[in-house]
Amino acid sequence: MKTFAYSRADSPEAAVAAGGRFIAGGTNLLDLMKLQIETPESLVDISRLDLAKIEQREDGGLTIGALVPNSDLAADPRVIEGYPVLSRALLAGASGQLRNKASTGGNLLQRTRCYYFYDKATACNKREPGTGCSAIGGVNRILAILGTSEHCIATHPSDMAVAMRALDATIVTLKADGDRRRIAIGEFYRLPGDTPHIENVLEAGELITHVELPTPPKGEQIYRKVRDRASYAFALVSVAGIVSVEDGKIASASLAFGGLGPMPWRDPAVEAALVGQAPSDAVFGAAADALLKNAKGYGTNDFKIPLTRRTLIASLRELTGVSA
Amino acid sequence: MQFTINGETRTVEPDIRASLLDVLREHVGLTGTKKGCDHGQCGACTVLVNGRRINSCLTLAVMHQDDDILTIEGLGSADNLHPMQAAFVKHDGYQCGYCTPGQICSAVGMLDEVSKGWPSHVTDKLDSVSLSGDEISERMSGNLCRCAAYPNIVDAISEVSGLAPAKKEAADA
Repeated sequence: MKTFAYSRADSPEAAVAAGGRFIAGGTNLLDLMKLQIETPESLVDISRLDLAKIEQREDGGLTIGALVPNSDLAADPRVIEGYPVLSRALLAGASGQLRNKASTGGNLLQRTRCYYFYDKATACNKREPGTGCSAIGGVNRILAILGTSEHCIATHPSDMAVAMRALDATIVTLKADGDRRRIAIGEFYRLPGDTPHIENVLEAGELITHVELPTPPKGEQIYRKVRDRASYAFALVSVAGIVSVEDGKIASASLAFGGLGPMPWRDPAVEAALVGQAPSDAVFGAAADALLKNAKGYGTNDFKIPLTRRTLIASLRELTGVSA
Repeated sequence: MQFTINGETRTVEPDIRASLLDVLREHVGLTGTKKGCDHGQCGACTVLVNGRRINSCLTLAVMHQDDDILTIEGLGSADNLHPMQAAFVKHDGYQCGYCTPGQICSAVGMLDEVSKGWPSHVTDKLDSVSLSGDEISERMSGNLCRCAAYPNIVDAISEVSGLAPAKKEAADA
């Protein structure tokens, strides 16, 4: 690990003024610092800031402090009651020890687990811009089939963020100049294009302080995750689904996907294929067609295309009560 | 840097880069906590910080100066075993023993999580938690045992939690 200057911030304002890299739970950042994939010159410890509360707003939504640990968020009675897809997504990720440490804000900013991003002996445009992508043409079974570019096919690893995308969360930040801003999660992440090292729209020194959830959505909620082992593994494919059915027809649908793209993936065409239709396998298949229209396999991850189709259809059957 | 470890105040001067694990082992001399992967994947380094189980390898020591740190040495002693330690001995919950301190600290933290009503990935109804063998396996998935003593580890934890170790009873019947 490269050495660094360390300071502990006593307020969000002091943290952004300090001008270093923020560290909260540290479970991903320190892992990457040990491998010298991340080499911050100064760390600003934000773990003691007063941002670890979950509060119900007057409009019925929830405001989640950026330092709320994943464990606490998953177990919060208001989350279990109104946003079970979020509890389920959190509980499907990592281990008990990691969830106790990992923060809400840090989870949103997790780096990819692409093998080549972690292997400094290989080329990686995300780790070292301009060096190339070893994953394209390499072993890529865990990597992306949607939103990729010729420069990067990494996936975003978070489960939590997938549920938050389905829930239309808003990310609240404090900028280095003291201004606050609110960013819809759908506008938070960036496609890799030719700058895969830039993963989101945060500016230098901008701190996530809260995540807001709107009022609990109508309908059923599930999080279905397919992975290589039954626990403590990243998603090959995951679906966060929220669907309501009224008078025999799908009244509303919100579907976000993990393991498929460089960001928690959501495509309005999928929801358009569902809303207004009577739930059936034919309709679910049309939704899968819409999702996968531009899917591109890179060899060893080709299997994700049919796997995604089946996972989506199974999720929609469960959400609507339609049996096979 | 000043730490509270197993109820005692310890003052050491490690490098700013030191993990909590390295401070425990190399600076304080508490070698019960083990370094396995050093990347949060194996759980051998699990300790309890303010009562919560964490991977001590994935956190900077400097960030824990105001915390209450409990290691396997503080949980029990050879003459006065913690019930979880006694249960691991009784049920033979190890072979080589390297992962055992982490398993035991993790199990103690895990049962506290259950007592608070925290659900897990295998909990059927999120607001209604009850322990079972499957629940223990899921909740302990952050602790690997390369000797694969898992069935006996589950039995040991089951006994401490008040669950009858079903497999053993069936065998005894």
